[in-house]
Amino acid sequence: MNAVAHILNPYLPQRAEVVERVEEGRDIFTLRLRLCDETARAAYRFQPGQFNMLYLIGAGEVAISIVSDPDNPELIDHTIRAVGRVTQGLQQLKAGDALGLRGPFGRGWPLEAARGRGLLLITGGLGCAPTTSMIHYALQRRAQYGPLTVCHGVKHPDDLIYTDRIQTWCGAPDTQVLLTADKGTPEWRGRVGLVTQTLDDVEPELFKGVAMMCGPEPMMRAVAESLLQRGMALNDIYLSLERNMHCAVGHCGHCMFGGKFICKDGPVFSYAEVRTLLAVKGF
Amino acid sequence: MTAQSRLLARADFNALIHALEAQGYRVLGPRERAGAIVFDEITRAEDLPVGRVSAQQPGSYRLEDSGNGRFFDYVHGPESLKRFLFAPEERLWTVSAEGTVSFKETLPEARPVAVIGARACDIAGMQVQDRTFLAGNEKIPPLLKGGHGGIYTDPYYATRRENLFIVAVNCTRSAATCFCASMDTGPRARAGYDLALTELEDDFLVEANSTAGEALLAALPLRNADAGAESAAAEAIEAAAVSQTRRMDTTGIQALLFDNLEHPRWDDVAERCLSCGNCTMVCPTCFCHSETDVTSLDGATSEHRRQWDSCFALDHSYLHGAQIRPQIRQRYRQWLTHKLASWIEQFGTSGCVGCGRCITWCPTGIDLIEEVNAIRATPGAQRAADI
Ligand SMILES: Cc1cc2nc3c(=O)[nH]c(=O)nc-3n(C[C@H](O)[C@H](O)[C@H](O)COP(=O)(O)OP(=O)(O)OC[C@H]3O[C@@H](n4cnc5c(N)ncnc54)[C@H](O)[C@@H]3O)c2cc1C
Ligand code: SF4
Ligand code: SF4
Ligand code: FES
Repeated sequence: MNAVAHILNPYLPQRAEVVERVEEGRDIFTLRLRLCDETARAAYRFQPGQFNMLYLIGAGEVAISIVSDPDNPELIDHTIRAVGRVTQGLQQLKAGDALGLRGPFGRGWPLEAARGRGLLLITGGLGCAPTTSMIHYALQRRAQYGPLTVCHGVKHPDDLIYTDRIQTWCGAPDTQVLLTADKGTPEWRGRVGLVTQTLDDVEPELFKGVAMMCGPEPMMRAVAESLLQRGMALNDIYLSLERNMHCAVGHCGHCMFGGKFICKDGPVFSYAEVRTLLAVKGF
Repeated sequence: MTAQSRLLARADFNALIHALEAQGYRVLGPRERAGAIVFDEITRAEDLPVGRVSAQQPGSYRLEDSGNGRFFDYVHGPESLKRFLFAPEERLWTVSAEGTVSFKETLPEARPVAVIGARACDIAGMQVQDRTFLAGNEKIPPLLKGGHGGIYTDPYYATRRENLFIVAVNCTRSAATCFCASMDTGPRARAGYDLALTELEDDFLVEANSTAGEALLAALPLRNADAGAESAAAEAIEAAAVSQTRRMDTTGIQALLFDNLEHPRWDDVAERCLSCGNCTMVCPTCFCHSETDVTSLDGATSEHRRQWDSCFALDHSYLHGAQIRPQIRQRYRQWLTHKLASWIEQFGTSGCVGCGRCITWCPTGIDLIEEVNAIRATPGAQRAADI
């Protein structure tokens, strides 16, 4: 009767509470969470690019990236788009409400490999949470990185969130923000066109740096291929991938991408690791 | 070091069941149920499928009388050891929202279970699943350094694994769908069992492979085996290996499959595959599962459950309101490339142990060996693009 009591249960959520909730845009909100258990809170550490599994009582669990700063691991920010059952439920939470949190999971951005080098951060569509965490991280430690350029593409100008924050990014030293929308409006002051086109306006020295991106896969592929053509090295291009996730610990098989588990081998991969399979539909 | 092997008379088989019961094990063994052999509780030798053999072919399984009184000639049924470790359906934890929200894990009862009749492929399959569900557990070989592989231990699986006693049966007969010899996993059980039996004329040759197995031997009416019995056992197992007509050629299998992802054979198999998922349910190594919540009517409590899932299910790859693998072609390709190729990248071992169950239990008789061979015969062939 050997009980396996010494093993931590990676499936069991910790109780967390909503400290603050911020509206970011239509159906987009940020939940600032805090683990309730003091020991768990003190032990919690994360890296930009990692994610948590958030559990809404009675509804289910979803993978959400961590967007706050790792030096303040007691307050954990998640920016969420309400798209379905669980995320719409999370949208109803208010300060003081309880939920479950497991994490952090996965491999985040290559902070060390990128130190001292230029950073090109590219997002497209709505998938901007993982890169946002990296932008914040680098801006908090501005001196540790070279020039920083953010290329941010949206379908429609109304999809742009974080407008105040983007203003602050523009003002940071040695930092450039290139905004583009697939279709413009009379008020839109950014570029019009695909995010790949903004690469034409990026300072060439950044192609000797490190690129990190997230967004729809066709967009990431197009950007990565274009970066290769501009002389960037395969191993200097990083992508954050997404798949359906249930367990987050490499057991349930839902997030598989060929021989990779996105949950534990990723979600961040170098382009060298995933280039071949990204070109095939159905993985 | 090989310990002295011993003989248990077939007539004394009940002593094995009773010795296990006396040590507190719930004893499971092969039983005939609804036309197939499954594992269920047994209390005496007569519960076993005495004198029964399985005739297995792609898409077909039939039990027949052998005309002799042997216990284990049936070879195997649709079940492996999988469901005793990785439960088809189970509760992981509960949450209560009454007062302070609290989460409570619901580990399975740590009840010792003995399974009599596990085959070499079943044990090899279990050892493949160990690599998914266990990390840093003393019983388990350390994961390959440098590769991927599990870093999280599943305490539900681990609890059952710690409490499982395995009585292996070395196969002296193969089914027509078996190909363990070519996968180097059988027909002799090599490791991972507590006791191994080889069925002879009137006896079982018994070998122990763990402290618990040794302890059990002490409680059995055994005679020392002579060299004749040992060589008879070895010959019978070798004969089962030689009788296998199916062989999987795994030469360069990772490159072969991943260089042929647009091969027309995937369309061909998709015409025959019903996407029913039977192959994944009977496979001893498939580990996919999904998690769901069952909430009480008043919403105050909820159970978080998991159940076996299959990469053949459309929603398995659901993402952003669509599926990554909407076509059967893509789902069969996902299964086969994972089983035979990506598994090696993930866990340093093939995901196939050659049990042949997916061939027997496929309603349309799809044979993965034939699918691989067809691609091997015309490498580089390209399907016409979807319009
Ligand atoms: C590593 C990772 C990080 C993510 N980070 C964020 C983030 O920071 N902010 C954010 O808003 N969203 C993020 N997502 C996407 C988010 O997990 C999905 O939007 C969410 O699961 C949808 O669940 P739902 O129940 O609301 O929607 P439904 O469409 O009802 O989904 C039902 C179920 O399908 C699965 N599922 C559906 N869509 C996804 C998806 N895109 N990814 C994974 N599983 C999915 C989940 O199991 C979910 O419970 C991330 C996904 C991954 C894999
Ligand atoms: S793939 Fe088929 S033959 Fe191989 S282990 Fe699974 S069920 Fe057995
Ligand atoms: S290969 Fe056969 S058993 Fe597997 S999903 Fe297709 S039809 Fe079902
Ligand atoms: S989410 Fe379960 S294996 Fe990755």
